[in-house]
Amino acid sequence: MSGYLIRRVLLLFPMALLLSAVVFWSIRLIPVDPLSLVLGPFATPDQRAMATEKLGLDKPVYVQYWLYMKNVAQGDLGQSTRSGKEVSALIKHALPYTLLLGGVSLIIAHLIAVPMGILAAVKQNTIVDQAAMAFAMIGMAVPAFWLGLLLILFFAVDLKWLPAIGADSWRHLILPAATLSLEGTALTARMTRSSTLEVLRQDYIRVARAKGLSERRTIRVHAVRNALIPIISLLGLRLGWIIGGSVIVEQIFAWPGMGRLLVESVLNRDYPVVQAVLVMLGISVIIASLLADVLYALVDPRVRDAIR
Amino acid sequence: MSQQSSEPRAVATEARSPLFAEVAKTQPGIWRLMLSQFFANRSAMVGMIIILVLSFVALFAPQLAPHPYDEQSLFDSLMKPLSPDHFLGTDQFGRDTLSRIIWGARVSIQVGVIVTSVSMVIGLVIGCLAGYYGGVTDLVLSNLMDLVWGFPLILVALLLVTVMGPGLDGAMIATGLVAWAGFARIVRGEVLSLREWGFIVSAQSVGASDLRIISRHILPNMLGPVLVMASFTMAAAVIIEASLSFLGLGVQPPQPSWGSMLNDGRAFVHRAWWMAVFPGAAIATLVLGFNLLGDGLRDVLDPRMRRR
Repeated sequence: MSGYLIRRVLLLFPMALLLSAVVFWSIRLIPVDPLSLVLGPFATPDQRAMATEKLGLDKPVYVQYWLYMKNVAQGDLGQSTRSGKEVSALIKHALPYTLLLGGVSLIIAHLIAVPMGILAAVKQNTIVDQAAMAFAMIGMAVPAFWLGLLLILFFAVDLKWLPAIGADSWRHLILPAATLSLEGTALTARMTRSSTLEVLRQDYIRVARAKGLSERRTIRVHAVRNALIPIISLLGLRLGWIIGGSVIVEQIFAWPGMGRLLVESVLNRDYPVVQAVLVMLGISVIIASLLADVLYALVDPRVRDAIR
Repeated sequence: MSQQSSEPRAVATEARSPLFAEVAKTQPGIWRLMLSQFFANRSAMVGMIIILVLSFVALFAPQLAPHPYDEQSLFDSLMKPLSPDHFLGTDQFGRDTLSRIIWGARVSIQVGVIVTSVSMVIGLVIGCLAGYYGGVTDLVLSNLMDLVWGFPLILVALLLVTVMGPGLDGAMIATGLVAWAGFARIVRGEVLSLREWGFIVSAQSVGASDLRIISRHILPNMLGPVLVMASFTMAAAVIIEASLSFLGLGVQPPQPSWGSMLNDGRAFVHRAWWMAVFPGAAIATLVLGFNLLGDGLRDVLDPRMRRR
């Protein structure tokens, strides 16, 4: 098991390098003069020559990449061309907001979806099951940005119960978290239902019922634990989806997280920030995928034994 | 990967005996059976009707739209729904919302079809190569598929839009660059199971080329899962295009897109709720249609993946 973990962790590094190389090279393809972004349109030739040497723009791309990675290893992610601030400082400010929003959304999604999915499976083909799956189907179809606008319209504009934008208090977190959690809730509910139905068809469930165990105990003790194995193992992958979803949601609610930082940087052509944020978010997704594999091995003894 | 057989030349599927034709006549047509199951599936029919109606609207947008999509009239700005001449109201420039929604259907359907077609072709090629040849080819390609598939689509889309500039092309390329991985994973799995079947081994033993085996014997047998994936990919493509347009990075004005209409509606949500509600409802309806169709196709064409 530890050998498997070590192999998976070692695989992280080449994947992270590949990701950073792809992003770095892609940004270099943009048909824009980087010096005009840094110095403005009125720079003199001497200023441009000095900046070219300082930024390493006269060197081949692979040398620029090497220098960039050397700086990243020392914590220097460059400077924002828009604000002049250190990119690492901008990320340090934005990251906790994204972690908070993502974490709360993940918790809300699972707290609602798992009981819903189990109930739908236990009451298969009843009105409860159909209502739960209709909710799941609609939840998967409704785009997050539309839901966000509807929630703003209803709770912030009409009822004035909650603030629409900003991040000053816990009340500002409610609408963005509800928006971000919807798609996850829908998907997780469907998967939980499917997984629970699979488990309920197993022989050991039949044996538990034959022994005279109550239906409640049978489901709670024997079914739910096994049904949750794929759900738990997918937590890691859910993180990747949360990261992607937060990009839009943070923009709607002006939540000052990594997603909003990324979108604003793209719109303002602040390429050092775009580069750094994309690489960071990408590495987060890769780590989340690793976590998913590790969780799966930890939770399912069959997978653990197969790895040994 | 041809296998040398020491047995006499096997009866390959290349040749059909009169007995085969007689047997085929007595069996009920499998396609007729699938079609009848499909038409009996209510949710699949609802999905298909939604898609057909919106496709009709997109195709005949010039005839159906009551106004040109870019016709402005500041005198008619922010008119409520059910106003004379403006059934769904107008936006801040007096442009008819219903007309823009009708024209916006063209963008969404176009993106869905093009992206799905391109990514399906790429995914089929890569999935077939990985599944059929196995070994190092499979190791490299399947790791690439997993890496790409787990990556949030929106991040790739943002990177590409950063490089290419805002516009519909960037949005479509970005979606296609990630969506192929979903097809490739499905195709690889199918090819891995199909290549051990007797009719494939027979074809190999009579000397059929790999290309002939893949194109004539393997591809037709994986039509079901690929069609299911196509339906879900179309839904994802619609959401991504709308997301990018919502962020101002997709379709550019004055061309209407449901996503950009929602972005316009965001600024006026407190005064003109219809600008945010109707375009979002259109997106949700189309995505719901694709998801329902995909579920229905899965129930009919791929019993192993059938929902319970």
